[in-house]
Amino acid sequence: MSTLKEWIFTTDHKKVGLLYLIGSLAAFAVAGMSALMMRAELTSMGPTITDNPGDYNTWLYFHGAAMILGFQIPALTGFLANYLVPLQIGAKDVAFPRINALSVWLFYMGIILALLTFVVPDPPDVMWTGYPPYSTITFGNTALYTFTVLLLGFASILGGVNFLTTIAFMRAPGLGWNKLNMFTWCTFAAFILQLIFVPVLGTAVTLISLDKYLGTHFFDPSTGGDVLIYQNLFWFYSHPAVYVILLPFIGIVFDIIATFARNRIFNYKAAVYGGIGGIVLLAGEVWVHHLYVTGMPDWIRVGQMVTTLLISIPVGLLFISLVGTLYKGSISFETPMLYALAVVFLMLIGGLTGIPLAIVSLTLHVSDTYYIPGHFHYVMAVAGTFAIFGGIYYLFPKFSGRMYNEFLGKLGFWITFVGVNVIFFPMMIVGVVVGMPRRYWDYSQFPAAEPYHHWMTAGAGMIAIGFTIVLANWIYGLVAGPKAPGNPWGSRSLEWTTTSPPLDHGNWEEVPKIEEGWGPYEYGTGKA
Amino acid sequence: MGGNRLYRALSTALLATASGLVRAAEEELSEFVPYEKIVPREIEDPAAGFDHLWYEVMVDITIIGVVFALLALYFLYRYRRRSEDEEGSQKPLSRLNIIGWALIPAFVFMADDFFLSANGWQLYDLYRRVPENSLEVKLESAMWTWDYTYPNGVKTYNELRVPAGQPVVLRMTSRDTIHSHFIPDFRIKEDSMPGRVTYLWFYPKEPGEHVVSCAEYCGQLHSRMYGKVIVMPREEFDAWYQAEADKQNIKLTKLGD
Ligand code: HEM
Ligand SMILES: [Cu+2]
Repeated sequence: MSTLKEWIFTTDHKKVGLLYLIGSLAAFAVAGMSALMMRAELTSMGPTITDNPGDYNTWLYFHGAAMILGFQIPALTGFLANYLVPLQIGAKDVAFPRINALSVWLFYMGIILALLTFVVPDPPDVMWTGYPPYSTITFGNTALYTFTVLLLGFASILGGVNFLTTIAFMRAPGLGWNKLNMFTWCTFAAFILQLIFVPVLGTAVTLISLDKYLGTHFFDPSTGGDVLIYQNLFWFYSHPAVYVILLPFIGIVFDIIATFARNRIFNYKAAVYGGIGGIVLLAGEVWVHHLYVTGMPDWIRVGQMVTTLLISIPVGLLFISLVGTLYKGSISFETPMLYALAVVFLMLIGGLTGIPLAIVSLTLHVSDTYYIPGHFHYVMAVAGTFAIFGGIYYLFPKFSGRMYNEFLGKLGFWITFVGVNVIFFPMMIVGVVVGMPRRYWDYSQFPAAEPYHHWMTAGAGMIAIGFTIVLANWIYGLVAGPKAPGNPWGSRSLEWTTTSPPLDHGNWEEVPKIEEGWGPYEYGTGKA
Repeated sequence: MGGNRLYRALSTALLATASGLVRAAEEELSEFVPYEKIVPREIEDPAAGFDHLWYEVMVDITIIGVVFALLALYFLYRYRRRSEDEEGSQKPLSRLNIIGWALIPAFVFMADDFFLSANGWQLYDLYRRVPENSLEVKLESAMWTWDYTYPNGVKTYNELRVPAGQPVVLRMTSRDTIHSHFIPDFRIKEDSMPGRVTYLWFYPKEPGEHVVSCAEYCGQLHSRMYGKVIVMPREEFDAWYQAEADKQNIKLTKLGD
C-alpha cells in the first residue's frame, strides 16, 4: 500500500489516472444529486420542493458544468487516457510525468472551485453556457464560473501536450500507427481537438468576467459590443467538446466490444481514417447549429445545416465498424460488455434523434425545448457515462488486482439502463409534443406536460438505485473481491500482457516486443 | 525591391476589399429591414410544413435505427460464445472491401443528408419569407415580460391579440438580456436580444388561444415569462383594436395637455 503522500506527489501515470477517477466520480456524485433535486422539484407543477427558482438554477448550473467539465472530460481524457494509453502503446510512462501531476492538481483545484457554488452567498446561475448579457448583469457569481472553466481547461491543455507527445513518440519499437488500439487513436484525436479549441473557450469566459467586473463592453451593444460573439466563441469550442467526450468513449467501447467478441475491428482503417479523422475535420464547421434560433444570418444557418448533416458520414462509419465487429465473433456478456452494447444502443437513439436537430427549419420549433436535453443525454451524457462505467468494470481487475461481483454488476446495469430510458425518452416527447422549454423551474403554463414528468422522476429514482448498487459493487470488489487472473477477458491487447496491477513505475520489467504479425485485435489466429 | 512592391500591391488590394465590405455592410444596415417580403399566391403555413417534414424525418430515422438494431441483435444471438476458448473468426478485409465498405455507406449517408438538406431548406425559406400582407407588431422583451406595440401605437403586455386569417410578423428586440419568443402551437421561436432586430412570422388561421413562453434562459423567473397569443375573429379584433387605440391615445393626449 502506498502512503497518502505518495499518492499526492505521484508522477506515475496509473496513480495520476486513478486520482482523476476519484475526483471525477466525486463530481459525478454531487452533480447527480443536483439532478435528483431538480427531478424532485419538477415532479409536479408549481413549486414542489423549493419556492425559490434560484435554487433550481443553481442546481442546474452545477449539474451541467460539473457533469461535463468535472466528470466526463476528466474521466475520459484524465482517468482512462492516463491509465490505458501508456499501457496500450507499451510505454513506461507518459512523456512529461511532472506536467501530468500538475494537470491533476489543477483538476482538483477546479473541482474544489466548482463545489464552492454551494458555499458562496450568490452562487453562479449562468448555466454551464454562461451566455451574456445575462452573465454580465446577474447578481450571481460569474467569476466562479470563469475561473472554474479556466482551471479545468488549463489542466486539459497540459494533458493534450502530454498525450500527443506520448502517443507520437513513445510507442514500443515496432508498434506502427495501424496497430494502435481504437481507444488510443480516439484519445489522440480528442486531444488534437482540445488543443485547438480550448483556448477559444478560455477567451470567451474571460471576456464575460472582464465585462462584468472591469467594465469592458465586449458584449454590450449600447457601446458597440455584440451579444452574439460570445455564443459563436463558446460553441466554436463546445461543439468540438462533445467530440472530445464522444471520441474517447466510443474508443473504449470499441476496445471492450473487440475483447468480448474476441474479434478484429471490422474495417479498422475506415473507422480510424474515415470515422475518427472525419470527425476531427468536421468538428470545427458545425457550431452554428447551436445558434439556429438566435438571428444568425440565413446563409450561415443553411450552410451549417449541410455540414452538420454530413457528420452522419464519419459517425455512420464508426457505427458500421462497431456492429461489424460482432460479425463472426465469439461474444460473451459480462458486465463491461453489457455497458458497451448499451452505449451502441443509446448512441443509435441519440445519434438518430440528432438528425432533426441538424435541420434548421425543424429546430425553429424544438430548439431549447426538452427535446434537447432528451437527445443529448442519450447521445452524450448517458452513453458517455455508460462507456466510462464499462471502462471502469473492464479495467477493474487491472488496476485493483481483484474482481467485482458479476451478479451485482448485471443487476446495477439493468436497473440503470431501464431508468435512463424511462427518464430521457419522455423528455424528448414532452419537448416536441407539448413544446415545454428547457431550464424551467416550473411549468404551470404547460399542464399537459405533467404526466410525462411523473415518469421522468420515477426514472431518476431508478437511476439513483442503480448507481448505488454499482458503487457498492466497486467498494466490495476493492475491499473483498476475489483475486483476479492476469488476463480475465482473454484480450490480445498490450495492457493485458503486464501484471495486474502493473509495476509501480515502468509498467513492465522490460518493454514488450512487438512481433510482425501481432496486433491488438488479431484474434482467431490460434495464438492466444 | 520586388518584394516590397508585391507587399504594397497586396495590402492595397486587401484594404480596398475591406473598405468595400464595410461599405456594403453599412448599406445593408442602413436599410434596416430585417426581412424579405414576398407576395405569395397562396399563403402556406410553415407550421403545417413542420409537421409534415418532422413526420418524414421520423420515418427516415426509424428505418435506419431498426436496420442497425436488428442487425446487431441478430449478430449477438448468432455469434454468442459457445465454448470457453473459442475466438472470433472474422478475416481481414481485402483492399477492395475496405474501400467499398467505406465509400458505399458514405455515399448512401450523403445522399440521405442532401435529401434532408433540400427539404429542410425549402421549409426554412417558407419560415423566413414574410407574406406581404402581414400584420407587423413590434416586440420588446425584458425580464420578465413581453411588450408588444401595434402599427397604430397600441401597446399590450404578455398578450398578443391578432385577427384570424392574417399572417403576423414580429420585429423583435430586447431591453436587457436574451429571450426567445416561443409559440409551440405555431412551431416557431426566435431569440430577441439587445442591439439586434430579429423577426419571426406565423399564420393564425382559426380563433383560439396559444401559449407563448420564453425559451432562452433569462434568470430567476425564466419559467414564469409567459403570455398568450389570442386569435380573434376579424370583426372582433377590429373593434378591440379601435377601442384600445382610443383608450390609450386619450391617456396620451391628456398627459400631453
Ligand atoms: C444520470 C442521471 C442524470 C439525470 C437524472 C439528469 C437529469 C437532468 C435534468 C433534469 C436536467 C435539467 C433539464 C432542464 O431543466 O432544462 C439536466 C440537464 C443537463 N444535464 Fe443531466 N442528468 C443526468 C446525467 C447527466 C450526465 C452524465 C451529464 C453529462 C454530460 C449531464 C449533462 C447535462 C447537461 C449539460 C444539462 C443541461 C444543463 C443546462 O441546461 O445548462 N447529465 N439533466
Ligand atoms: Cu426570457
